[in-house]
Amino acid sequence: MKIVFEKTNGLTEVPMRYCPGCGHGVAHRLVAEVMEELGVTKRTVAVVPVGCSVFMDEYVNCDGIQGAHGRGPAIATGIKRSKPETVVISYQGDGDLASIGMAETIHSASRSENITIIFINNAIYGMTGGQMAPTTILGMRTTTSPAGRRAEINGFPIPMCELLSSLEGASYLARAALDKPAHIIRAKKYIKKAFETQIKGKGFSMVELLSPCPTDWGMTPKDAVERIRQEMIPRYPLGVFRDWEAEEKAKKEEKAAV
Amino acid sequence: MAEKTLMKGNEALAEGAVRAGCRFFAGYPITPQNEVPEYMSWRLPQEGGFFIQAESEVAAINMLFGAASTGIRVMTSSSSPGISLKQEGISYCAGADLPIFYANVVRGGPGLGNIAPAQSDYFQATRGGGHGDYRVFVMAPNSVSEMANFPKRCYDVAFKYRVPSMILADGILGQMMEPVEFDFEPVDPSSFPEPDWAIGGDASGRERRVVKSYDLRPGRLEEWNKERAKRFERIEAEEVDWDGEGLDDCELLITSYGSCSRISKSAVKMAREDGLPVGLLRPITLYPFPKKAYQDLAKRVKNILVVEMSLGQFIEDVQLSVLGKVPIHFHGRPAGGIPTAEEIYDIVRKIMGK
Repeated sequence: MKIVFEKTNGLTEVPMRYCPGCGHGVAHRLVAEVMEELGVTKRTVAVVPVGCSVFMDEYVNCDGIQGAHGRGPAIATGIKRSKPETVVISYQGDGDLASIGMAETIHSASRSENITIIFINNAIYGMTGGQMAPTTILGMRTTTSPAGRRAEINGFPIPMCELLSSLEGASYLARAALDKPAHIIRAKKYIKKAFETQIKGKGFSMVELLSPCPTDWGMTPKDAVERIRQEMIPRYPLGVFRDWEAEEKAKKEEKAAV
Repeated sequence: MAEKTLMKGNEALAEGAVRAGCRFFAGYPITPQNEVPEYMSWRLPQEGGFFIQAESEVAAINMLFGAASTGIRVMTSSSSPGISLKQEGISYCAGADLPIFYANVVRGGPGLGNIAPAQSDYFQATRGGGHGDYRVFVMAPNSVSEMANFPKRCYDVAFKYRVPSMILADGILGQMMEPVEFDFEPVDPSSFPEPDWAIGGDASGRERRVVKSYDLRPGRLEEWNKERAKRFERIEAEEVDWDGEGLDDCELLITSYGSCSRISKSAVKMAREDGLPVGLLRPITLYPFPKKAYQDLAKRVKNILVVEMSLGQFIEDVQLSVLGKVPIHFHGRPAGGIPTAEEIYDIVRKIMGK
């Protein structure tokens, strides 16, 4: 019998314990499928953050390390520089990457550290119960912005791909959404390209995934993906923000034209 | 090997770590330890190792956490405020059973303090330092030669017991120059077998591994902590080190560690020249603390004088060892104050009524 679909070997047999409608399960599977398709599961280390995805090390079928809140890129740097043959990914949420760990994020990008960051942007602190995140959009209610985020009190949400795109060292930056199959297929392509960026030694890569958190948004899973479409994508447009391959090609063409 | 080289303390510390197999260093500038990262920046690449200047002390210790997880010998160094910033990461290393080595070239505090030598980070060093139940193997050199030779012992203990290890120095030891003699042959870390807990690299011949400090299953973290406590018990039984002089017949015992013990040694010499029976006990390891040496001496001496460059931190371990059996006197100079042998000797004479 022809097998048309099977569970990726990049995931373990441990059942995931995420909330219904959570984006982590989809994101984990995309990472796992890419690891398997590129044949790097046995030489990948997943740096696992503080937050709901702290359990990721149980679900992905590669080596793992769980470190301090926000320090994933620094930990990944230490591993990559010690054992450069390792494929190192740092999986981080928005509080982890864009708030407490902002310095590590920016500096690892500016060093063009040869690592891959998978950035889950659900605009909220999930594990601690729904507090305001650096990426919470204006007007969004959280437990620490109960009347909705207001710029004059809480400042503005931080668009990470746009912010990092000005750095020379940021080799590959892309943002996708986990709201519908077409976007999820696109997300996987981005993740694969980010892995390839690292495997080819081209430097820092990050894929941002707009991800639903129905529980802390106080919504049904269906309404949560609707929010991604109606509220998040307009503030966080999807697409590729930096691509070393396209930039190299453009440079070559420019030279040829001269 | 017996050749003596004139070296600055911080450079001796760095060279000692490289010879002991260090192949990864992450650090951040802070006085008075800057010679350590500066030295590592050119020296480590010669050995195929890696130096990185981190964006902060917080990043540096987390780079160490990552590098240590691959099973290699790693190092960071800093001075007091920077070591405070590193405490969370050190706690994670302790919690994940990662062997790391770091040095605190102590300066005056609290806060920004000053850049003068001090011994005011004793509590932080010997009580763990960060959050959670753990200790750090702490060595206190008192010469540039010991700055060069102690990193090897720190690595050996860190890897044997899977605990953090450190050197507690100060601005005097970091900045002064003395002849250095290495008491060991350079170690080739590529000859070490890869530890069975190391992650990364080619994992095709083994099960996947995870390095972490958390365990949410009921009771498991308690068991893990108790298992770690057993390792610390073994360290206390097997790794204590101290030296002394004039201990056989002394009536008054001076006790100091680190650079302060050099000054106290001069005071002992002055007392002996005047025929006063004064001795010196100098802990080499601060954790584990040489409790038994103090307990034995407490049976014989009449007075103990603790001299340290702080307002009284090391004295608490002496008190806990002696348990009130002998009167303990104190002379402390905090925040960059350095006692002289003369002022120590004056106190000695007062105590002895001479």
